[in-house]
Parts: sequence; structure tokens; C-alpha cells
Amino acid sequence: MARDSQAALVALNRFGFGARGGASGDLINAASDPRGFVKAELARPNGVLLEAPGLQSTPQLGQAVFAYQDQLKQAREAAKETAKAAAPAEAPQQAPTDPKPASRRNLSLNTVATEIAGQMTEAKPDTMQPNTAAPPAAKPAPQPLNVIQKTFRAEALARLQRATLAECGFTERLVVFWSNHFCISASKGELARIWAGAFEREAIRPHVLGRFADMLKAVEQHPAMLFFLDNQQSLGPDSRAGQNRKRGLNENLAREIMELHTLGVGGGYTQEDVTSLARIITGWTFAGRQGQLGTPGSFAFNANAHQPGAQMLLGKTYEATGLAQGEAALADIARHPSTANFVATKFVRHFVADDPPPALVARLRDVFVKTDGDLKALATALVDSDEAWKAPLTKMRSPYDFLVASGRLLARVPEDPGAYLSSLNLLGQPLWTPAGPNGFPDTSAAWAAPEGMKLRLDIAAQLGARLGNNIDPLDLLEFAAADAASIETRKTIERAESRQQALALLLMSPEMQRR
Amino acid sequence: MIDCVENRLLTSRRGLLLGGASFAAWAYLPKFARAADGRDPRLVVVILRGALDGLSTVAPVGDPDYAGLHGSIALTAEGAHTALMLDSFFALHPSMPEFARMYRDQHAAVIHAVATPYRDRSHFDGQDVLESGYAGPGRVQSGWLNRALEALPRGERVSSGLAVGPTTPLVLRGNAPTVGWAPVALPQADDDTAMRLVDLYRHRDPALASALSQGLQLDKVASGDDMKPKPGNQVAQMRQVARGAAKLMAADDGPRIAALAFDGWDTHANEGGPVGRLAFLLGGLDGALAEFESGLGERWRDTAIVVATEFGRTARINGTDGTDHGTGTIALLAGGAVKGGRVISDWPGLKLANLYEGRDLKPTTDLRSVIKGVLQGQFGLSDRVLAETVFPDSASARPMKGLVA
Repeated sequence: MARDSQAALVALNRFGFGARGGASGDLINAASDPRGFVKAELARPNGVLLEAPGLQSTPQLGQAVFAYQDQLKQAREAAKETAKAAAPAEAPQQAPTDPKPASRRNLSLNTVATEIAGQMTEAKPDTMQPNTAAPPAAKPAPQPLNVIQKTFRAEALARLQRATLAECGFTERLVVFWSNHFCISASKGELARIWAGAFEREAIRPHVLGRFADMLKAVEQHPAMLFFLDNQQSLGPDSRAGQNRKRGLNENLAREIMELHTLGVGGGYTQEDVTSLARIITGWTFAGRQGQLGTPGSFAFNANAHQPGAQMLLGKTYEATGLAQGEAALADIARHPSTANFVATKFVRHFVADDPPPALVARLRDVFVKTDGDLKALATALVDSDEAWKAPLTKMRSPYDFLVASGRLLARVPEDPGAYLSSLNLLGQPLWTPAGPNGFPDTSAAWAAPEGMKLRLDIAAQLGARLGNNIDPLDLLEFAAADAASIETRKTIERAESRQQALALLLMSPEMQRR
Repeated sequence: MIDCVENRLLTSRRGLLLGGASFAAWAYLPKFARAADGRDPRLVVVILRGALDGLSTVAPVGDPDYAGLHGSIALTAEGAHTALMLDSFFALHPSMPEFARMYRDQHAAVIHAVATPYRDRSHFDGQDVLESGYAGPGRVQSGWLNRALEALPRGERVSSGLAVGPTTPLVLRGNAPTVGWAPVALPQADDDTAMRLVDLYRHRDPALASALSQGLQLDKVASGDDMKPKPGNQVAQMRQVARGAAKLMAADDGPRIAALAFDGWDTHANEGGPVGRLAFLLGGLDGALAEFESGLGERWRDTAIVVATEFGRTARINGTDGTDHGTGTIALLAGGAVKGGRVISDWPGLKLANLYEGRDLKPTTDLRSVIKGVLQGQFGLSDRVLAETVFPDSASARPMKGLVA
């Protein structure tokens, strides 16, 4: 079979994270068997799971936060005590302050470096830049990272490394898709931030090639989701806890389950159904620091908070079976025709086009229904469709996709997530931190905005300035697109005035921005 | 909380970068290298990426063919924005008053009609030859400045060669250790890169073209007119880079050798004459040289700065008021150690028959001879080391004598 670079472009960019540079041969492999190249990752048992040394479970992380918070509290109290004790005494004698050394002659380099560095923030080793070391003498050492920050960075790094090293990246793209579909936001609080990575590892990854109903249950019972959408505060009005505490229902999670996770707006549910589902899932919470409901930081069913009695939801009655009541309800919602339609539409919009081709959506919806929400079958049907290979490459890469694709092309495995995290913040897609429970937008218009493009260019220029020195941009163009690159892109890169500029232009080229 | 850590990292992306070893790395360059006269020589290499139009920077206004060839962008010795006469034949671009002053003080010189041995027209390969010091683009991963550093006797502990900018340019890469420094906000996308991208988008992706143009426009409005030096624009950045590098080099134990690169000299369209895009960039270069002078203070006396570019541009103006890739161009020397006040040139003339391939100023001087002359004058490197190690197989390009006082 002849090499088909255009199909390779689709295989690598539409379905994956783009070609890797260096000796990977991704484009050639993808060109010789585009569909097989994409589907190979679906066949790998446990290929979606992510385990890295040091990554901990949700309960372990919850306990780490509790311990950290206790520590801070103790430190604050100790400080208060000390202040009280010291207050009556005289302020300690101050050593005479040294006037700034007046001499400007014979400055040593360290002094100069300190002076210059003083105007700047401290530089961290940055994975996307070669050749860095600590500055000679920086400003006062920064606060060491606390356990929450360290965890967030470790989780981010593990995810970035996986995405960078993946052969095609299709399953990692699926992880990102589902993680955004069932998003939480790390900005909700310390628990959400430390749990963000574990949530994805535990609730999303095991089910990306499994059943939708299983993913749904895992997500809605995960402490991170329960915390993010406040379900741990929701009390059945007639439950023992509800009557004692004079507090009641919080509909947040129930509403988002139906609106965003399953049926979709207009999916055929009413406000009554929202309230009903909210009652059904009362008591779904996680064990707190005292551990009364179980291991601190683990999912728990608090029967004391659960609304007693049978509930009517979407025309069906769910008997009072405690935790099983909600699980039965979720299982049915997962199987609802509106859910199939909502998921299929979103899936096709993400992978193929902002305006999803209706025939393809219909086919995927049928697959979803027939296979009882088999997500591997869904992904396979997408790759097997002709529409997905024929539609023009018009989707705009999200900032995350763009940065990962760039890192892959430059063959740089991240060792520190700092540059990625700050670039994602800058470009409006802070990792695991969407503005609302509907996740990050998934249309080209959202990501091809004027300011966004300008900032992307700045980032590409920085990468070019740092890395362009050591690469041949025309070689990289071969890795990225080969003969599928447009004449204009090729000429623009050839005519650049420096390798640095050429690299920036390559990273910004339509071949790298569109998928 | 982590947000603030991440924001700090964000700003530091434009911050201080130190490459290789620490500042007090093993030194190759002896302090007081020239014990005989108590001088402590310093050398700065400035690379202008994109191929500088030497005929617009130091214009041969005395050549009868110059004005016709260079057309609307030719400099003139009269009228508004008069070029600054360096002698009876050559005039300096009016946006370089500082260089003109140094020249009058005999601390700056021009070498005209120079070129590296490279005779094709690819920036990438031209820069490879310029920086590697080899006769052809061979993908050697070391530069002539690094090999010169390596060839120096080891001496007291001064800092290693200084690479200014986000990465070490090829000219300073190699076995001898280097350190790096980049000022905040150096690697922003410059206008030239942005315009090239907009142009590509216009042909291939109109939606991105309009988004990016709007984004750039907003940015322009936010930062005002782009043709004046102000924080963040290219001219201001060039000065800032030079100021920082000078400060580091002025220290007693600071680096004696530095390399930096300025981008943006690929003037295919709207190059401008006495005013315009090239004028804007030359103003930045002029400012950077002045920053070195003031920042180095007493050390300026012992300093030589070499300004070089990968090749020149066509002698004739093209259809878009610019110039295309050419061959012969200029090198500039500045510094207290330079025996200046001269334009050194074996002028080939601009008659059609005298142009290289009928298009370019014909090179009559090998740039390697100029650089060898400076290296020898400053550091006393022998002819043999220069011909075999620093610039391999370059025996025919003899070091130019008398460039350094």
C-alpha cells in the first residue's frame, strides 16, 4: 500500500497527539496503516492505566491534606502563644543595619549576578529548555512546595510524560476527553487540587475502554466529584442528620449528572427529576478526618444522611435500598437514549468537527445503545468511520494538545511540569481547572481567539528561541507532516531567517495548530 | 496557593537562565592575558541573524552605481536624514550616531565587502558556516569562539564564556564551559515572525490570519506605537541585553568573552532607507553598542566587539522595496581596543560586471581574516592555532593585521 501522508496526519493529529520527533518514525508508521496505527492502542490491555512511583490513592492523599491542615493549625496556635508570651517584653535589640555597600568598583561576578537576578524571579529548571541550572544567587529561597502542590505537579508530570511518550496518543486523548466530560476543578479547594490527578487515574482511566455505566458510577462516587459538586453537604430532609441539623438537600451533583454527564440539556428530565435524584444520592460522601464513616478520604455511604423512602425518577420508582438505590438510578440513566445521543454528539464534535456530521453521530449513538455503552466499541466505530478520515482538518488544537504535540515533535520528555502548567494557565486551559462543571470548551472558535493566538505565538517564539538552535526545522517538518505539508508552510519555514524563527513558525503552522 | 507558585514560574520563563557550570567555572582565559602591557582583554561577538544589508548600513555613496541599484532605499549624503560620512566614499546609516562617534574617536571600524566562505543563500547554512568556523555547513556542534577559548592558556579563575540569550549560540558551543544569561522578556515573538505567520495564514488559513492579526493589533494598541524604544520592544530589548552582558563582563572575575545574537535583519520587503524597519533595527544595534561602552566602564578600553552576519543582500532593490539574499556585506568593530576610524575595504565596485553572480556585492575580504585578526590582536593566538583549530583549513585566510591597538 502506498504511503498516505494525509491519512497519517489524520491518524496522528485528529486521533492522537501528533508525531514524535527523533527516531520514532511515527509518520511513516501511521502512513503505512493509518487505521491500524490508531487502533493499536485500543488493543493494549491496561494501556490506559497510569501508575507512577509516588502517585498515591485518594484516601492516602486525603489523609495527607488533613495532616497538612493540622500541621498548619498547630503552627498558627504555637505562633499565637509565642506572640502572647513575647508581647510584654521589649523588642529584641536590632543589630545596626548595614548600609548598602557603596563601592561600585571591583564588583565580583556573584554580586553582579545577584543584582541582575534581583530584578527577576527565580528560574526553575524548565523541561522545555535545555542547558539550565540554578541561578548563582537568587532572591530569598522560595517557600518549599507543600504536599498539595507537590502532588499536583507529580500528577501533572505523570500525565504529561505519558502523553509525550505514547505512540499515537489516541487513548490519552480519550482520557483527556472523558476527564473533561466528567471534570472537576482543582480550584474548588485543597482537597480538589490534591485529588485532581487521582480522580482521573481512579475514576476515568480504568473505564476509558470499558463501559460508560461503570465510569459514571466511579465518577459520581469519587470523593473528588462529591467534594467538587458539594454532595457531601447534601442531607436528606427527612434523614436523621437532616432533621438534627436543620439542613437539607443540595441539588448540585444531581443536576450536573443529568445535564452534563448523561442526558444533556433537553434530554427529557424535569426539575422534579433533579430533586428526586438529589434525594436518591444523599448520603454519598467521603469519610472525613475523624474516620467515623471509614478510612479518611474514601468514599462512604452515610445512611444517616440518606433520604428514606422510595423515589420516582424519570417515570420509574426506585425502592429504598440505601446506596443501591442511587446505583440503580445511575445504571438506568447511563442506558437512557438521551445519554447515547449526548455522548455520541460530544464525542464526534471533539474528534471530527465542531458541527458533527449527523450520520456519524447516529451511527455512534446506535453503537452505544447496542453495546450497552461499550466505550471501546464507541472509539473503534469512530476510527472505522469514513467521515472521521475524510473530514477536513479544521479543529483547532486545544492549548493542552498544542503543548503536548510540540513537546512530542521536539522529542522532549518533560522532567518538570512547570513550563507546561504555566503555559496552560496563560493560554486559558489551566490543568484540571475549568471555569465550570461543563469543562473546557471544545470548539475551534474558543481556542482560535485573537489573544489566544497571540499568546500561542509568544510561546512558540520562546520555544523557538530556546530550542531552535539545536534542530533542523525542515527535518521536523518531515516528522510532523512530510509531503502532507503545504507548499506555503514549507516555504515559510525554509525562508525563515533563523532556525529559531523557523521552529516558531513550524509550531504555529496550520499543520500543527489544526487537527 | 499553588497558583502563585505557578505564576512565579510563568514569569521566570522569561527570567534568568544559566547554562552549564556555575559562574565561577574553570577558566580558560587568563586574567591579564597580556601581562606585558597590563591589559585584560575582552571580546564580544554580535551575530545579526537574517543577513544584514551592508550596502544600506555603510553605504558606498561615492560609488556611481550605488544610488541606481539601491533605488528608493539608498542613503544619500544630503537632504533630510543625511547619512554620516565616514570618509569621502562611505557613509554610515543615520540611525547609528553612537557608532559614528566611536568611529570619530578611532574606537570603531568598518570592514566592507566581506563574507564567510559560504556562497549559497540559505540562512540556516550561512549561519552554520559563520558560527562553526568551518568552510561549509557541516553540522559541527562547536563554534570558533569556543575553540578559541579552548586554545587559550588556562589562568586565574575568571568566568567562562558568556552566552547571552535563551540558548548558547553555535559560535560559543563546544568543550570549553560557558554560562548563559538572558534578560526578562527576551524571547517574545517579534514583529517579523508574527508577520511571516500572518502571511502564511493568509494563504492557508484565513480564519487564523484574522484571529492572529486582531490579537497582534490589540497588543499593539495596548503597547502603543512600535517604532520607538520602550520597554519590551525590540530596540529596548537589544539595549537591555547589552546592558546586562556588559555588567557581567565588567566584573573582576566576570566572563572575558561573550556571544549574542540579534534577529530580524532579513529585509525582503519594506526595508526602508534612512528611516523604516532597517533603521529601527540599526538604532537598536547602535544603542546596544553604547550600552556596552557605558556598562564596561574602564574595561571598554580593553574591549573589542565584532558585529557579523551570515551574508549580505542583493545590491539591487527588489520589487517590494527590500533586498534579497546576497553575498558581500560588512563587519563592524567597536571598542576601546579597536584601532578604528577606518573603513577597510578592497572595494570591488558595483558595476554589473563586478557584482557576484550579477546580483551581489562581491566579497573581497574573508570574514575569517577579520576575526582571526581580532583574536590574535586581543589574545595572541598563533597563526597556526587560528588556521587549524579555530577556523579549520583556513590557512589561506591570513589574520588581518593591525585591527587591535
